[in-house]
Amino acid sequence: MEFNPQQLVFYLFALLTIGSAVIVVTIKNIVYAAFSLMVTLFSVAGLYVFLQADFLAATQVIVYVGGILVLILFGVMMTSGRLDLKLKLERGQLFWGGVVSLTIFGLLLSVITNTPQWENVDAGASQEPTTRKIGEMIMKEEFLLPFEIASILLLVALIGAALISRKEVRNE
Amino acid sequence: MNLQSYLVISIILFSLGIFCVLTRRNAISILMGIELILNSCNLNFAAFSRFVTPPDDISGQIIALFGIVLAAAEAAVFLAIILAIYREFSTISPDETDTLKG
Repeated sequence: MEFNPQQLVFYLFALLTIGSAVIVVTIKNIVYAAFSLMVTLFSVAGLYVFLQADFLAATQVIVYVGGILVLILFGVMMTSGRLDLKLKLERGQLFWGGVVSLTIFGLLLSVITNTPQWENVDAGASQEPTTRKIGEMIMKEEFLLPFEIASILLLVALIGAALISRKEVRNE
Repeated sequence: MNLQSYLVISIILFSLGIFCVLTRRNAISILMGIELILNSCNLNFAAFSRFVTPPDDISGQIIALFGIVLAAAEAAVFLAIILAIYREFSTISPDETDTLKG
């Protein structure tokens, strides 16, 4: 197989995704874990670019890195008191967690390797940018109703989060 | 760069997320594990949309977009609950907030 720079970049992104996810799971310092999660999210956005999902990649960067990650860092800073909060791990919990997650990994891996119609699938031809098509599908085709439900869900989450996190005021 | 390489990345992310949720003793780390799981899901949707469905059908990407929306809503409510718990108990370890335990 000849040398292919695209493939090299793909494996770089894959390695970055998995490596930083391992750091998220194993590191003791929660602030470092949050920043490592940022690397994971960015490289998943890179994998979306390889899948020719350009709009999805931009949304991933804006919503996850710009929104959710900042929210997580706020949560860390408001609840830990001090930034070098160490995470305790128990040995038994580590063992059983490893057993369960490795079992799930093995099951899914066997499903992937034993499904013949997923082997060596050729990617279709290169597409044009997806933004226009996504807009049309969301705004006037079959995804209009889920779109509206998603907006209601966001409104509910907004009100609910504000209601839960404010101080309780008793007026009797 | 075939379908299976994306699927393998996705299941590695998924099992790392499960491991994080099961072993961490801090609610925010558990949220990070859930985000890893949701990301592996969305990656799967995008990969199947690229490789399995016809090239001009991108509904998989739209489902992944809705997944991102759900993750945002979930993170907002999750952190609001964590803040409320922290005010009440001064800790966010799931093992110590066991008032409802019989």
